[in-house]
Amino acid sequence: MKLKGWKELEIGAIIPEAGNAEQYNTGSWRASRPQWIEENCIQCLFCWIYCPDSSVTVKDSKRGEFDYGHCKGCGVCAHECPGKKGKKAIVMVEEGN
Amino acid sequence: MSTPLRLKELSKKEDLLTGGHRMCAGCGAPIAIRQVLLAADVPLVAANATGCLEVSTTIYPYTAWKIPWIHSAFENAAATISGVEAMYKALKKKGKIDRKIKFIAFGGDGGTYDIGLQSLSGAMERGHDMVYICYDNGAYMNTGIQRSSATPFGANTTTCPAGRVIHGKPQKRKNLTRIMAAHDIPYVAQTTPAHWRDLMTKVRKALEVDGPAFINILAPCNRGWRTPTNNAIELCRIAADTCFWPLYEYENGKLTVNYKPKEKKPVTDFLKTQGRFKHLFSPDSKDLLKQAQENTDHEWDKLLREAACWAEETGTTEEGK
Ligand SMILES: Cc1ncc(C[n+]2csc(CCOP(=O)(O)OP(=O)(O)O)c2C)c(N)n1
Ligand code: SF4
Ligand code: SF4
Ligand code: SF4
Ligand SMILES: [Mg+2]
Repeated sequence: MKLKGWKELEIGAIIPEAGNAEQYNTGSWRASRPQWIEENCIQCLFCWIYCPDSSVTVKDSKRGEFDYGHCKGCGVCAHECPGKKGKKAIVMVEEGN
Repeated sequence: MSTPLRLKELSKKEDLLTGGHRMCAGCGAPIAIRQVLLAADVPLVAANATGCLEVSTTIYPYTAWKIPWIHSAFENAAATISGVEAMYKALKKKGKIDRKIKFIAFGGDGGTYDIGLQSLSGAMERGHDMVYICYDNGAYMNTGIQRSSATPFGANTTTCPAGRVIHGKPQKRKNLTRIMAAHDIPYVAQTTPAHWRDLMTKVRKALEVDGPAFINILAPCNRGWRTPTNNAIELCRIAADTCFWPLYEYENGKLTVNYKPKEKKPVTDFLKTQGRFKHLFSPDSKDLLKQAQENTDHEWDKLLREAACWAEETGTTEEGK
């Protein structure tokens, strides 16, 4: 986003565009990356409700891929994932490998 | 009709707190706030006290909020939103607005238990139709982990550092939830984001009442608690299972304890998970651990006794059923 000069700024530091933080990439913060293993997924959506960064996408009540543009790699989703028969549906892998 | 409190249904709703905010990885607060926003089926307008949530979700020129949102200062989120609510009522009377809108304020423990307490107390006493949500991470985290009146007994912070002279915070926590209940407002509750259905049910009840409501939500902070980034939810669960953070609600003054662990775990189960309590586990700190357990037991027993009185009086079981 191009930063505005002071003459163009809205009075009172108003941000007129709701939710424009979506345009800001926090995915680069990640030290490790969650990986979804679909065959172990029971679609409980715990990963979605517990993600601090709204980075688990869900469409028509089914979970989809991670939003790696925003996911910070905290690992909460992997920690909470019950998986199937003791096998996690989310594992954390080190970034850059 | 309100969205059923099932994840499959809730996931069809728009997230009103977007990704791209700058709270630390694994922070408990945005988990709680997402759940609060998802629970609401009415349009919301929010005020936010200064603190991690406010600073990190609205770093100019970005905002992660998809609802009208206002920040004024650290100490007055409740005053700010009560002013907005009063204006809404006036506009409604003049016929300039007819939509149903609900008003909500968010504050950290510093902004709520301490510096914002009088503006909160005033707003509650004036009876504004608003919900105040405190996300309690037990210190002034945004400025570098200073103690607040919500900081638990024995916790190491930068202003009560554990060392030879003191062993972390010497005082116990202030019980703000009960102070809010003493305002005799229609709804007061305490919950955690691990118990998402409990949290959302409480948010709905708070939004449904016509008048002031208060909810206190435990929100782990891995920077201040000295914990890994992946276990905020697990910590909330342990907090409830040890009765360090009981789940309860006051509906028109009537207390119900919403969760009674089958087996009450020792508070050390909670303390030992966090670096801020590490010094309490040294061999010469047995007394401190005993004190921490006594503090927890005291609060829990008081709650149970009060809930039992209510159950007896209203002829319900203690679970309120
Ligand atoms: C009047 C005033 N005093 C001090 C500050 C500095 N300040 C900004 S955020 C903050 C801590 C907030 O603590 P808390 O409310 O617990 O929220 P947290 O950051 O822990 O989420 C402080 C002291 C301020 N902004 N305004
Ligand atoms: S690693 Fe953390 S930020 Fe990334 S999707 Fe999982 S819970 Fe969300
Ligand atoms: S928590 Fe695990 S099992 Fe549940 S929906 Fe997410 S990936 Fe699938
Ligand atoms: S310092 Fe703590 S409360 Fe603040 S954003 Fe980081 S984890 Fe969250
Ligand atoms: Mg705090």
